[in-house]
Amino acid sequence: MSGLPGFLIDDRLHFPSCPSQGGQRFLVEMAAPLTLLLVLAVTIRAALFRSSLAELIAERVEVVSPITAWKRVVEGLALLDLGVSPYSGDVFHELADVITAVALYMAVKDYNKQVFRKQKFALEADRYPLDCLELIRSPKEMYYIPLKVAMFYLLNPFTILSCVAKSTCGLNNAVVALFIFSTIKGNTLLSAIFLCLATYQSIYPLTLCAPAMLYLMQRQYIPVNFRRASFWWFIAQYLFMYLGSLFVLICLSFFLLGSWDYMPSVYGFILSVPDLTPNIGLFWYFFAEMFEHFRLFFLCVFQINVFFYTIPLSVKLKEHPVFLIFMQLAVISIFKSYPTVGDIALYMAFLPVWSHLYRFLRNTFLVSCVLLACSTLFPVLWHLWIYAGSANSNFYYAITLLFNVAQILLVSDYFYAFLRREHHLTYGLYLKRKDGSEATLVLK
Amino acid sequence: MGLLSDPNRRRALINLLTRLNAPICVVCYMAGVAWFMGLAFEPFTLRTYMSENAMGSTMVEERFPSGERAVATGREFAAHKKKVSGMPVEWLVKTMQARGLEVYTQRFSRTLPFPDENKERYMVKGTNVYGILRAPRAPRTEALVLSAPCTPGDNNNQAVGLLLGLAQYFRNQIYWAKDIIFLVNDHDLIGMQAWLEGYHHTNTTGMDWSPLQGRGGSIQAALSLELSSDVVTSMDLVLEGLNGQLPNLDLANLFYAFCQKIGVLCTIQGKLQRNDWDSVSGYSHAVQTMMLMVMKQASGRPWGDHGLFLRYHIEAATIKGINSFRQYKTDATTIGRLLEGMYRKLNNLLERLHQSYFFYLMPSLSHFVSIGYYMPAFGLLAVILLLRALDLWVQLATPPPTTEDGIADIEQVRHAHSSSPGVLSVLTPLVISHLTGAALYMLPIRFQEMAVEHFPVSETEAVVLTAIAVYTLLTIIGTEQGWRVLKLVALLYLAVLLGCTALINFSLGFILALTLVPAAAFVTPHVPKVLSAFVLVILSPACTLLFSVFFFQELQEMPVSFLDGWLLYLSVISQGILDHFLYGSLVYPLIALLVYPCWLLFWNILFWK
Repeated sequence: MSGLPGFLIDDRLHFPSCPSQGGQRFLVEMAAPLTLLLVLAVTIRAALFRSSLAELIAERVEVVSPITAWKRVVEGLALLDLGVSPYSGDVFHELADVITAVALYMAVKDYNKQVFRKQKFALEADRYPLDCLELIRSPKEMYYIPLKVAMFYLLNPFTILSCVAKSTCGLNNAVVALFIFSTIKGNTLLSAIFLCLATYQSIYPLTLCAPAMLYLMQRQYIPVNFRRASFWWFIAQYLFMYLGSLFVLICLSFFLLGSWDYMPSVYGFILSVPDLTPNIGLFWYFFAEMFEHFRLFFLCVFQINVFFYTIPLSVKLKEHPVFLIFMQLAVISIFKSYPTVGDIALYMAFLPVWSHLYRFLRNTFLVSCVLLACSTLFPVLWHLWIYAGSANSNFYYAITLLFNVAQILLVSDYFYAFLRREHHLTYGLYLKRKDGSEATLVLK
Repeated sequence: MGLLSDPNRRRALINLLTRLNAPICVVCYMAGVAWFMGLAFEPFTLRTYMSENAMGSTMVEERFPSGERAVATGREFAAHKKKVSGMPVEWLVKTMQARGLEVYTQRFSRTLPFPDENKERYMVKGTNVYGILRAPRAPRTEALVLSAPCTPGDNNNQAVGLLLGLAQYFRNQIYWAKDIIFLVNDHDLIGMQAWLEGYHHTNTTGMDWSPLQGRGGSIQAALSLELSSDVVTSMDLVLEGLNGQLPNLDLANLFYAFCQKIGVLCTIQGKLQRNDWDSVSGYSHAVQTMMLMVMKQASGRPWGDHGLFLRYHIEAATIKGINSFRQYKTDATTIGRLLEGMYRKLNNLLERLHQSYFFYLMPSLSHFVSIGYYMPAFGLLAVILLLRALDLWVQLATPPPTTEDGIADIEQVRHAHSSSPGVLSVLTPLVISHLTGAALYMLPIRFQEMAVEHFPVSETEAVVLTAIAVYTLLTIIGTEQGWRVLKLVALLYLAVLLGCTALINFSLGFILALTLVPAAAFVTPHVPKVLSAFVLVILSPACTLLFSVFFFQELQEMPVSFLDGWLLYLSVISQGILDHFLYGSLVYPLIALLVYPCWLLFWNILFWK
């Protein structure tokens, strides 16, 4: 404790989310901006819903994909002969966005509390090198992060577009956000149920199983050790809850529909990618061009991308499951078969949580320029291709590729920055070579 | 990827780029302009060639015999037109029916947002007449269009005569595999708009028209015929359509091939082909031709009746007969044979024209510059914006040598945090300049009636004056440091905006970049105010348009005095606004809603306190 500057100790004492009299004040102080934010976000959406833009947006391929298009949901419901659907109003979609934002807000608030607590213990145990003090996070900067997360989600143009298009992506995001919330709160059962719901909607959230289990084990002080019985017991417990609820859901769908037809037409549709409508993903162009007899092979290669990264990432990030969740969400939204901008919005909402990594990011300028340019070029090239007929699909796919490369760069940049900070926290900020000169870290 | 991950090399590159930023920008600008001027130099261009297989070899025989009769029909049409002082609908219907076509008419009416003083029209009512020649050899799923506008005065009578003559001749041939629609449209573009909207069941501009009673198949290609006088010495090809869209290059190739075959003098932009590309005058001729195309394309308006077809994915061009007082005359039979040959080739098409280029510039009819050659010229200009943005980014981040590797003094970090400008200081100018832009877009039409009530001005003038009044409005917002962030945002905004514009309409993007990029690059609050304000006004979109008007007149070899030029400038603005409301041209909203606010941002930066 000897090397600690005064401000850090002071700030810690006044950390507003401490469960003391500060908590009350904190609630009042933070609830007002959050409410304002929610009202603003809902107003923007409501205004857009009433405008003529709504129809236009609902047709954009960047915003809706075959599995998230609201038109298809309505069609499906009509086929089921349910009469007027209770979900057809726009309020429903606004509500989904609000739920996502609030869940993320609470989750991040809780997570920050834990991060701070952990940092405090580490500081008291003198675990950090002395020159790393500037890397230590102060409550002041952490104070507004939950609000920023909610803001990043609600005011992100991608989310707004997705909501106005009534894409069901907003619902998926809400379920995933609830899953994250219940996981961070440490509720094993709810976590498994929400994860199962998310998996039920679109298979990919399956990979979030690993970070969820890692997090819950960390929370219950179960060591990640293959030789311990408690480790296996926990995994068995979680998987039982997860698979059990999945089983219940699938059986329910079976009894509702009376046949197993929905399995191939939902999961087969996601996995075998029969609909090659252009979107912002990597699949459509590739599979439109490919010879039919290579299809299965490349389908496996493409789909394995989503699932495969789980293993190395879980090994590397087993101490930091929440960052792992962020990475997984990004990987899913990049490599899934029918991605839309709504998926991107979900992982982008997490960017403020990692704002302390900002100094280690190297390609912010490049990535933000490319993402910005691509987002505006999508509609322009779509217009040139489909309406003017002067450009062709290659132009559009080129932008898709660039967009995804930028996303990958963004994610890998964050990954690098995160690992680098951890490295500095163990080895000190000012690295020296053996001969005493200043060293730089090079990623090769 | 070494550059992305190796901090040492990155630092070296970034140091180089920031240290030499200004010289690199100047070099890029010069290189961009030089590249563009080099495009017209013949060794750097490609020869045109026919890409479409179905139209490959010129194996059709043109036998159209009755040019004289067509001219006589034209005279008859002129007489009837004079009698009813407008479109002689009944006569046309009768004549077309006599030639064995299925004839239909379409009525339309449209009230302009304000009176058009160039063409002297306000409440437009008219009738289109069209006859369909059904294809004897195919299931009638595809069609071709030949149109001739019925214009007031003696202008285009011969074209209608030739159209009717061709209809009669085509009717007797058996090889047609596509329906051929002969259309005489009233009130030129307005009539064409009504007919196309009726044909495709769309209504994008809120016009009133009666639905079409008869249809052919989906239209594959269209030609519009204009013969400005009875004596024709050369044929001119007009390609520029709405929003700078061009038809497939194969259509131009087809025209050129048949002109060569039949021996008709053919021009583009009214300029003949020259062979002395290595001489100075030959090169400047090519530059002139290309610049004319660039100016016309940048204007975003349809330069012939074909311009509206392009929106519906139909390849179309206008063929104009021009009297340039040469010895050699082209008679109606020859023009008829030219058209017959082109239609027979188009009749052979198995799919839409798509093999050749859609993005091109033509320095002469036999040479073209494709997108791959002209885009670098724009790219060199756009990269200046990115370089300036990079420079600002590096300045905004804490001192470069330490931050690059993520390690910086804590004081510097704190300093950077405390002085980083809030979102509001950037958002306010952004919102205000966009609101001004929206005002520029809305006010001219909204307030024209009000202005007419209070001032003794004509309505068009009222519109234009309102537009200019909004334009010269000054907005100065002074707060502390944050201009760098604002400039960074403005630079990226401009780069994306110009990039998108150049993709849709290269010429417009390039001309805007030519003036806006230097303005964007040099503006800071620390340059001499009065001088830079003057330069900034000179480089504003409005002045760009003014210069373009004079330049265009100069290129057409019709120089105007300043006063005439000013009047022309006013009429160009009102035409631009009319084009937007009548046909959906995007140039006016683009300038008003996006480019002008972007320029205002730089204006704000100049007057930052």
